Amino acid sequence: MDNIAGQKSSLTWATHISVFILVMLWLIPTVGLLVSSFRDRDQISASGWWEAPFAVELTARGRAATEATPDGDLYVVTGNIFDDEEAQSYFPKGSDDVVAFGTSGRNPTEHPAGQTADLGDGQSLVVNADGSYEFRTPEKPGSRGQRIYFAAESPPKFTLANYNQVLNSDGMGRAFLNTFTVTIPSTIIPILIAAFAAYALAWMDFPGRGLLIALVVGLLVVPLQLALVPMLGLHNRIGIGQSFMGIWMAHTAFGMPLAVYLLRNYMAGLPRDIIESAKVDGATDFELFLKIILPLSLPALAAFSIFQFLWTWNDLLVAKVFLPSDDASKVMTVKIADDLLGSRGGDWGILATAAFVSIAVPLVVFFSMQRFLVRGLLAGSVK
Amino acid sequence: MPVILQGLLTILIGVGGCIGYFFLSNMVLDKVIFPARGENAGRNINRANAVRPWLFLFPALFLLSLYLVYPVIGSFLRSLYGRNPDEFVGLGNYISLFGSDDFQQAFFNNILWAIFVPAASTFMGLLVAQLTDKLSWGNFAKSMIFMPMAISFVGASLIWKFVYANDADIGLINAVRAAMGFGDPVDVVQIPFWNNFFLMVILIWIQTGFAMVILSAALRGIPEETIEAAILDGANPWQLFFKIKVPQIMPTIIVVWTTITITVLKVFDIVYTMTGGNFGTEILPSYMMDFMFRDDGRATAIALVIMIVVFPVMYSNIRQARKEMR
Repeated sequence: MDNIAGQKSSLTWATHISVFILVMLWLIPTVGLLVSSFRDRDQISASGWWEAPFAVELTARGRAATEATPDGDLYVVTGNIFDDEEAQSYFPKGSDDVVAFGTSGRNPTEHPAGQTADLGDGQSLVVNADGSYEFRTPEKPGSRGQRIYFAAESPPKFTLANYNQVLNSDGMGRAFLNTFTVTIPSTIIPILIAAFAAYALAWMDFPGRGLLIALVVGLLVVPLQLALVPMLGLHNRIGIGQSFMGIWMAHTAFGMPLAVYLLRNYMAGLPRDIIESAKVDGATDFELFLKIILPLSLPALAAFSIFQFLWTWNDLLVAKVFLPSDDASKVMTVKIADDLLGSRGGDWGILATAAFVSIAVPLVVFFSMQRFLVRGLLAGSVK
Repeated sequence: MPVILQGLLTILIGVGGCIGYFFLSNMVLDKVIFPARGENAGRNINRANAVRPWLFLFPALFLLSLYLVYPVIGSFLRSLYGRNPDEFVGLGNYISLFGSDDFQQAFFNNILWAIFVPAASTFMGLLVAQLTDKLSWGNFAKSMIFMPMAISFVGASLIWKFVYANDADIGLINAVRAAMGFGDPVDVVQIPFWNNFFLMVILIWIQTGFAMVILSAALRGIPEETIEAAILDGANPWQLFFKIKVPQIMPTIIVVWTTITITVLKVFDIVYTMTGGNFGTEILPSYMMDFMFRDDGRATAIALVIMIVVFPVMYSNIRQARKEMR
């Protein structure tokens, strides 16, 4: 490409920049979720995740102390607002800078810090930046101290509290185990069944072979939706009902077209010489399959397992229909879509954490097995 | 955890059962039914070899016909009955469906999805594949764009909720709007008509990686000579791409396009999680779930409509596969 060298450098730069922008666009949403899942719940609603490394202004409230010292005809109450128990629940460290304060919940930041506020009836209040306050009142304060609202800078806070709550008290721990329980048998069982069928379709001669291959290709695109009503009805009639047994069978069957198709394509591409010479040496089809075809097809088997794993782990539709809807057998996708989004729609920290818990395992599988996944896709996935 | 034990047991029974079935049936065939000895040894071997493929195929064919072939017929028959499975209504379900506004909306939206998502995903995939082709960090970039493939539609929807949220402190879009000085935050998934496109972006975000991987391999498979010849003839990079490369990978582009179309027609998770089908975003798969467990007649009728929409793609796939086999 030397003859277009003049354009090359500017084009190369444009390429670098546009790819960088695209990668950023693709990554930013996921990064936002990850950052949000580690943030403190009050901070999430006070500032965007992109501001997570910076201090956040939080509004809190507390009460002034009740012990007053007489000063002329007034009583004076002094102390530090960060010593108050209620204020400490927002600012456990207490080292924040107060920005503004007020005495009503409607306008919690009425007065800037350090400025004396006249509250009427001869009362006055001042809250300084370090949290120390001075409250003057003509009457001796009662058993409840004066209400103080204030806004203070809170340093960025990262915590595992969301994870703790999601896994232990929101039932996601249970759902995580359920997802595993659904996924593992549904990934392992189809492999062997499909491998034998794929071998027969690839290397055995019998009438109707072409028709069967066409059938498998056709079934690849049959919408699952068709199977829901009749199969749930059948499961109910034979006594499986909505259960783990039912979903294992459903996933095994729904994965079958892709498994047979991928494995047949791969096996058909194995060198004919090896198979012919093994046959000449007297190997039966069964031995040939177990000792030669199966070991040689490992990359395709791996590719299919990854597809099936990701598909069953991420599935929402089949789980909603073939599993009971009680809490004990909900998988993570159902839990998030039906429970968390409904009842805790506004609790962003919990939502982010739940989502991240559910995508963590597939992401690990994806990054460690990417090679097989790409190879499987290129072998001609139509799913 | 009894369920986990049940799972482990199922793996053992499933895998052990498969091995046992294949091994035993094969042995019975060779040793008992058609033994390869005695006076009929030769004929028996031939007979055994004629039966064996069906032994190997039986479990897979059984599952396929039970879970995928039977339901096509079962769903069709069920769709001819009303909510009560004994009440025959003929085509009544279809007629009332096509007359309902919700169904027409869902159908129209589904067509939008089926046109826009495959087009945008394939275009973006092709763009990324071409841009990263000669880049030193191209593999890293591809890996990042491929990553959403591993994320569930539910997870992806949640991720995008953090972009679309109706709050300038949560949603990126509203934060950008606030920074640029537009007044109040807007809820983008509630803007009529355009909200469909905001939901489609989520699926495009997921599917672009798939298109990119396949098209990237196709671009690398283009013979070098054709490119060199074009450069010698003075083609500029644009001509090189649109007139030399794209025509050569056209068959792959079509495969990618149809594959994504099929996915689009089946995905209900995104609409279900983001809007629950409200605000005019209903599509056929999510519309079907509205009737699932309530009115099986309607639900199966919608499933059949999806099947009919998918049918042309199925037909062309089968033709393609048969052509390749010859």
